[in-house]
Amino acid sequence: MSIRERARSTGAQITQGRNTRSAPGSPVSADAGAMRTYRSWIAAGVLLLVLPHVPGLDSNFGRSLLSQMGIAAVFALSYSLLLGQTGLLSFGHAVYFGLGAYAAIHLMRAINGGLPLPLPLVPLAGAAGGLAVGLLFGAVTTRRAGVVFTLISLGVGELVFAAMRMLQGFSGGEEGVTANRSRGPHLFGLDFASQLQVYYLIVFWALVAAALMHFFIRTPVGRMCNAVRDNPERAEFIGYSAQRVRFTVFAAAAMFAGLAGGLHAVNYEIVAAEAVGAARSGAVLLMVCIGGASHFVGAILGAITITWLQVSLSDYTAAWQLYLGLFFMAIVLFAPGGLAGLVMMHAPLLRRAAFPDLLRAYAVASMPAVAMLAGAVMLLEINYRLSTQPEAGTRITLLRVSLDAATPWPWLAAALLLVGGFLAFRRTWPGVAAAWQRATGEASAGGAR
Amino acid sequence: MSAPMPGVPALQLADVHKSFGATRIIRGISLAIATGERHAIIGPNGAGKSTLFNLISGRFAPTRGSIRLNGEEIGGRAPYRTSRRGLARSFQVTNIFPRMSVHENIRCSALWALGYRYNFWRSIDRLRDADERADEILARIRMTDRRDTLAGVLTYAEQRALEIGITIAGDAQVILLDEPTAGMSRSETEATVELIRTVTQGKTLVMVEHDMSVVFDLADRISVLVYGEVIATDAPDRVRASAAVQAAYLGTQPDA
Amino acid sequence: MLELVTFSLLNGVVYGLLLFMLSSGLTLIWSMMGVLNFAHASMFMLGAYFSYQLGLAIGFWPALVIAPLLVGAVGAAIERYGLRHVHRQGHVGEILFTFGLAYLIAELVIMVWGRNPIENRVPATIDFPAFALFGTRYPFYKVLMMAISVGMFVFLYLAFKRTRVGLVIQAALTHPQMVSALGHDVPRVFVLVFAAGSALAALAGVIGGFALLTEPNMAAALGPIVFVVVVVGGLGSIPGALVASMLIGIIQTFAVALDHSLLDLLRVLGIPLARTSPFYEVCAIKIAQAAPIIPYLLLVLMLILRPKGLMGTRET
Repeated sequence: MSIRERARSTGAQITQGRNTRSAPGSPVSADAGAMRTYRSWIAAGVLLLVLPHVPGLDSNFGRSLLSQMGIAAVFALSYSLLLGQTGLLSFGHAVYFGLGAYAAIHLMRAINGGLPLPLPLVPLAGAAGGLAVGLLFGAVTTRRAGVVFTLISLGVGELVFAAMRMLQGFSGGEEGVTANRSRGPHLFGLDFASQLQVYYLIVFWALVAAALMHFFIRTPVGRMCNAVRDNPERAEFIGYSAQRVRFTVFAAAAMFAGLAGGLHAVNYEIVAAEAVGAARSGAVLLMVCIGGASHFVGAILGAITITWLQVSLSDYTAAWQLYLGLFFMAIVLFAPGGLAGLVMMHAPLLRRAAFPDLLRAYAVASMPAVAMLAGAVMLLEINYRLSTQPEAGTRITLLRVSLDAATPWPWLAAALLLVGGFLAFRRTWPGVAAAWQRATGEASAGGAR
Repeated sequence: MSAPMPGVPALQLADVHKSFGATRIIRGISLAIATGERHAIIGPNGAGKSTLFNLISGRFAPTRGSIRLNGEEIGGRAPYRTSRRGLARSFQVTNIFPRMSVHENIRCSALWALGYRYNFWRSIDRLRDADERADEILARIRMTDRRDTLAGVLTYAEQRALEIGITIAGDAQVILLDEPTAGMSRSETEATVELIRTVTQGKTLVMVEHDMSVVFDLADRISVLVYGEVIATDAPDRVRASAAVQAAYLGTQPDA
Repeated sequence: MLELVTFSLLNGVVYGLLLFMLSSGLTLIWSMMGVLNFAHASMFMLGAYFSYQLGLAIGFWPALVIAPLLVGAVGAAIERYGLRHVHRQGHVGEILFTFGLAYLIAELVIMVWGRNPIENRVPATIDFPAFALFGTRYPFYKVLMMAISVGMFVFLYLAFKRTRVGLVIQAALTHPQMVSALGHDVPRVFVLVFAAGSALAALAGVIGGFALLTEPNMAAALGPIVFVVVVVGGLGSIPGALVASMLIGIIQTFAVALDHSLLDLLRVLGIPLARTSPFYEVCAIKIAQAAPIIPYLLLVLMLILRPKGLMGTRET
């Protein structure tokens, strides 16, 4: 095993051990754990209430971004039920999001037409729509797990997308269906015309959904999802039909995805065929993988990160999708537990004496890493600009530095940074590994049971 | 759960055959194991012992013949159905849930028997009976101190103990153990034998074993399986003395 | 009518053989390594782009040979330096890796060649009519496509049945663990298979690049259909891939030519359907419109009813 792998597995052992020790399962810490959990939820709730008033986020743009993140978080959490908890990799989860969105937008149209239903209840229609379709499709798609499930989800996703494009009456095709969220009965004077009110509605439903999903994971069927993920055969030998367990979690995941779709309909007031499309299914996959599939927080983290990248990175560079792809590959290759996994790996080490050493080792390693990345970014940006905008000429401005791509200098500089940075970066790895050993060695001596 | 009936054997195999394509692995086995009996199945490698277990527990369906648990037909039924009827089995190659803690492994194994089914409205942490049952089993397999360790990082012997713990967690009345002491040292084997003796008290036990000392220590009766057929079923002493059995083994077994 | 049928059949066969060229490599990779290679169609795309670029420099026929070899080398590198480290994460990790790779390759292609379709025109050396049927001329390059596909099938057949490596690969197609247990250097065979599969896909891309539009999205458009072919044909079976490719190729080509819908059928049966009926829209869909989704219908049905596929030797 390489040093990196050893460090990773040691870290994982410690992490997992610590987590389960403090999990509300052991009799001693049950109450302590419950208190900690309630405190986290309350803290999160307060934070979410305050966020849209924080300077920087108190604009329409900021609140809109926060709303998007909320919707993405619910969607990602629902996907994490499938992938992280039950090991089911789906390439068509947007089907339930999109069909829930369609259910909601049609309900909104009915409200616009006179149906006396207040807007805050509309996302429930999304959830109901997602659940109904999830029960329908889930009955056949969960018969098998693994690669077969993945392929069926791909096929169903393509079928539904094509159907939405063809059934223009229901879906409005590529242009979509619109509605007005402000036209209808106003409870307590809330007309939901402002983004702030919509944000709070999203936060409400997001917290409800997250709490329910968090609870679901701790129920008997939620525990059996983990069992079916780890060893579906053995799960059968302890009395559970693996297929039935998969079906149950699939229906739940579809319901929450539909809820997210309902929130999407309320937020944008338009739903088009892309809501069930492969791009959206791929996006939620990216979010959960990058955030970390096995951890509850991972999905949320991934949703926030990817939404932010999608919105802001595209302002800086036309190659943002390429960077996203590279980021994803890096996670899959080097940090399969995602960002949350990385954080969890370090959490038990925070109070160790050797932790500052570890930070120092990271700092040393980060310098050549930054140089390497700078070189790569230079190459990618120059190339991207040259091939996608050939008419703009060969003068390119990167970070306010003007370069002429026709001369060899930018290319040489980039190559030097890339190669030199990589070689120097490699030299720092043993140092990081040693620091890691020191940090984890202390942890297992001092803190473990 | 099916209940033991007086006069009806806990497990009855009647002319069971199993072929994989053209290869006949089990060639007509008939066996009756009484309630509360401890029955060992021995035989040379390749005799079909694991296949037999797989047939009984539902992993494979018999090509022909019937398998009855307390009088009810279980041959060819899905493993989860047979498990719900009160038959549990352990595996020769450790078959646990590696990313869950030891406590969780056992707690999940107890869920169905405790009646929780596909419950999604109660938090498992509030289920006192599941918790207590898991702790009780942990104590019996002497792994209380490893309660919250991830099953995947346990030592081999600990995993074998957990394997037994998972098997007995559902309070099954008929227990199948597939080579429970495989790969263990002398002292580990003795501890495991004691464990098996206590946890299968009052239950029906069917055991596949290679270690003859274990077999003669625990078993009330022994069946000898050779090339898919049972060539002898009898009390340990008589089996040991049987010429046919000795011929089948060609004296390769260590004395007890 | 006969003209329509003949040309549809011809085009269907050409399309089917193109699908076979693509799916044979994927069947190899998937059956042997258990890897659902989402980046397989990306190799097809690279073949098209590489041959275009090379063709500009050294002409079509050398490019036809060199481009697949280049892509094969890329495939070998991917397996050796990328995929190999992901095997231990299980099938989910492998799928995610190839999925990300497909995405990445598409972006890299955009970076080098831009977003728009490139002028990948049929080179002059093969741009002439092969024969004339019903007064319409059938282009030679399509005949070349057929010839290359058939040649590929023959090559694979001979390579498997007559060579030692072929024997090992054949065995590994259905019993990979056993082959490893017998002492064969399975990792090296993996690299070989991945490289060969990628090269085959690239060869398909060289020719297919003319028949289809050469643009960065071509992998995403064709990729899922290739999975359908492999699943329908069955795991571990090259002949199955051929049968499934031809089936899907011909059905889709015919479907695109059919301008009828359920509504027409109902009309013939004398059952009128009002415009206001909720079913009207569904029944009004013409077969030609629904043609692109026929493969996915087949995929879902096959996976539900017979996961082994038509001629598969084992389940996934």
